[in-house]
Amino acid sequence: MNFSNNYTFFAIVVIAIVTFGTRVAPFIFFRKGKATPKYIVYIGKYLPPAVISMLIIYCLKNVNLFKFPFGIPELIGVATVAILHIWKRNNLISILSGTVIYMITIQFILVTN
Amino acid sequence: MRKALKAAFPATIPVMLGYISVGLAFGLLMVKTGHNFLWAIFMSITVYAGSMQFIAINLLTNGVGLIEIALMTLFVNVRHVFYGLSFIDKFKDMGKKKTYMIFSLTDETYSLICSLKAPVGVDNNLFLFSIALLNQMYWIIGSIIGAIAGSLITFNTQGIDFAMTALFVVIFIEQWFTYKTHIPVLIGIVATLLSLMIFGSDNMILPSMIFITAILLVFEKKIDKKEYEKREEAMNNEF
Repeated sequence: MNFSNNYTFFAIVVIAIVTFGTRVAPFIFFRKGKATPKYIVYIGKYLPPAVISMLIIYCLKNVNLFKFPFGIPELIGVATVAILHIWKRNNLISILSGTVIYMITIQFILVTN
Repeated sequence: MRKALKAAFPATIPVMLGYISVGLAFGLLMVKTGHNFLWAIFMSITVYAGSMQFIAINLLTNGVGLIEIALMTLFVNVRHVFYGLSFIDKFKDMGKKKTYMIFSLTDETYSLICSLKAPVGVDNNLFLFSIALLNQMYWIIGSIIGAIAGSLITFNTQGIDFAMTALFVVIFIEQWFTYKTHIPVLIGIVATLLSLMIFGSDNMILPSMIFITAILLVFEKKIDKKEYEKREEAMNNEF
């Protein structure tokens, strides 16, 4: 696959600038002695779990439940990660095992093409 | 500086293990989705934000527009606004290093400098700077190893992008145990599924971000109001 280098460069620069912006914002806007606006505190606290839920669905958005393999590989993968993580709480083990099992499933067991 | 690095290193070992392995996954994924390995390294140097870099692979691969990318970045990283709040005082006298300290404030670096102080005889500012610097080095090294491995090793990588889903499932579980209320999770799921159904899988990002923010604001009073008041009280006392 080929991607335009210009596009990739500018996209990364945009991500870098916005990311730095979120990190530098409190140093610019919230000086000592001033209370942080309530809605910022609120959004900052409760947005992350909502965002992660969104990202998981975003990752799985192209799964078709009505066509073979009916999202079964994804279900196996997510379940592997979840069970291992609740049990061991080790990021590396959970991510690695889930990914390998998912890859084996779609490459050798529930092969689509 | 050498003394500070030496003192900081042991404290960063857990982050080292995490960053090298997740960085490696990032580098590998970046190359295996068809991007030049230099972009992976460039991103780890200039962006330096774990979850966002994984999302970025997806956005870049799909050629998503720059405005949408900017909003997505804001959304995924808005939690960082919080981290800085704790360090307005701490970073005040850091001079030129202050910009780097702010730039490198990831979740892991944040939690390390929240809890650590330099041992006797080591300059505290240099100590904090060393922690931040070492952590980013691990991240960059991991990305380089992954990117190079991805360019050299040819194996059937079909399905390797599931690593991103796995990473988010792990974060999801960690958050589930941290938060007392699960209403935001529910809001995230409902809002995203709704926009997926209405706008389709190619245009779902923007509407889901808008839905989530709107619904969160509507339910502000319901979501754990007591805790939020307490927290604010504590913060006002602190300053």
